[in-house]
Amino acid sequence: MASIIKVENLSYVYNPGMPGATTALENVSFEVEEGDFVGIIGSTGSGKSTLISHMNGLNRPTSGKIYIDGRDIWADPAKIREFRFMVGLVFQYPEYQLFEETCYKDIAFGPKNMGLDEKEIDRRVHEAARFVGLSEELLQRSPFELSGGQKRRVAVAGVMAMEPRILVLDEPAAGLDPEGRDTILSQVKEYHKKTGTTVLLVSHSMEDIARYANKVLVMAERKLAMYDTVERVFDRAPELLELGLSVPQVTKIFLKLREMGIDLPTDVYTIPYAVKTILEAKARRDAGENLTLPRRTVGENKKGGEA
Amino acid sequence: MLRDITIGQHFPGDSLVHRFDPRLKLVLTILYIVLLFAASNPLGLALSILFLAVMYKVAKIPLKMIGRSLKPILPIVLFTAVLNLFFVTGQGEPLFQFWILEIYPEGVRYAILMSVRVMALIAGTSLLTYTTSPIVLTDAIEALLRPLGKLHFPVHELAMMMSIALRFIPTLIEETDKIMNAQKARGAMLDTGKLTERVKALVPVLIPLFISAFRRADELAMAMECRCYKGGEGRTRLKVLRCTRQDYISLAVCLVCFGGILASRLLFPNF
Repeated sequence: MASIIKVENLSYVYNPGMPGATTALENVSFEVEEGDFVGIIGSTGSGKSTLISHMNGLNRPTSGKIYIDGRDIWADPAKIREFRFMVGLVFQYPEYQLFEETCYKDIAFGPKNMGLDEKEIDRRVHEAARFVGLSEELLQRSPFELSGGQKRRVAVAGVMAMEPRILVLDEPAAGLDPEGRDTILSQVKEYHKKTGTTVLLVSHSMEDIARYANKVLVMAERKLAMYDTVERVFDRAPELLELGLSVPQVTKIFLKLREMGIDLPTDVYTIPYAVKTILEAKARRDAGENLTLPRRTVGENKKGGEA
Repeated sequence: MLRDITIGQHFPGDSLVHRFDPRLKLVLTILYIVLLFAASNPLGLALSILFLAVMYKVAKIPLKMIGRSLKPILPIVLFTAVLNLFFVTGQGEPLFQFWILEIYPEGVRYAILMSVRVMALIAGTSLLTYTTSPIVLTDAIEALLRPLGKLHFPVHELAMMMSIALRFIPTLIEETDKIMNAQKARGAMLDTGKLTERVKALVPVLIPLFISAFRRADELAMAMECRCYKGGEGRTRLKVLRCTRQDYISLAVCLVCFGGILASRLLFPNF
């Protein structure tokens, strides 16, 4: 499959040549294939946000190239808007960018800028609103009357309505309650599944990444530290911990159990899979199999309580 | 684009200029402006600029910064220069004559002097803001205005409003930048198009900006009340401004320089 995003030796310096010059990205290269769901993790200040604002040309690389769909986005700076419509970018706390009188109008802002006709805009607004679960009645209300979570969903819909081929979200769940988090993230996942849009999701939550992404890109100190499938990245848990990051809580438990000498796999990243694994292990034990790892002899029945 | 705004930008440092008492620094800056107009002959102006250059050197502010602070006022400088060039008349023959336009040697002289003076003025006041943090500067203003408090002038409240305004300039610039990026990501055309289109394109930026400014003001007021802020009366400070011996020496040196520059005009009236 052809890669839809290709980043080559991307470096970016804020305020070059000034006393406040700071390097934000150093020599980052990677490729994303069409239809991937890529989670981006990294500690604060590792360059995640700078990286994603390069995707649609809001920042111009100090050096290096970015290809979207095989085309260098900075080949002709006058055409950068085309790429802005191809790569939909949802910033952190996007609800602060709402400005229209009604949610409908705000969602229509992007498609309108694309120069689409009324009918098409109407279709897109309704479709985007359906993806994020906004009712018809809410569409006619002012965005400033809504709750934080609803506002956030209006803002996300505003980007989805442009029907970009790549959707980039910078911590879409930040500051929401647990239910709001799950809602918005599963809506994004649903959108990804139904439309086949490539999604890049920045998140601090390893649980979310494990649950929704199929690939993980790890940023550390302005550089690309790892880029691989979820399994292979979380398999390198010690390295992640060294970078000041972590692995999902449930993976930590399994790593600990393994350390204690119980024969369990450690590639467990989500709760449902954890339950399944434990039940399987229990079945194996009930069948008379010895789950204790050789060399060490530690009580095996501890895991029984987990299930 | 927005990051180029340098007015009120502070360059932290530990030079003699940085450590100089802000009240004296403020007074000296005002004196310097007066000096620029009092010593208006080329020699006096040259000496004033030399003095300023030395100060920039002492403060270790890169000279490039002067250029940055001058850039936004370039139109004003050009405007003054052109006005002087065409409207100052002298005796003698005009250098150039076309229709109703006449240029006299005096006009050229005034045009040059005037633009140099305006630029020196901006560079001089920029030095003050480069070397003094806005908070310290408002402290100094408050201290200098205190006598007006006797006339029931709300000095502290004014100073507090100024510090808050100054404090939030960078925050709002950052916020504007963010909102502009967000709208650009949705295809808003903010840097291209005709003037009317551009003004229209600002609506999606200004509305969120105003809303967030009001939200911030609300939050700030709440936070201040939570800490029992009730205005200037009986309020003590963490950092009390005190003049040291070093400050008095610096003051004396500057005053002597100013005096010398002023005297140069009387001593060499022809330059």
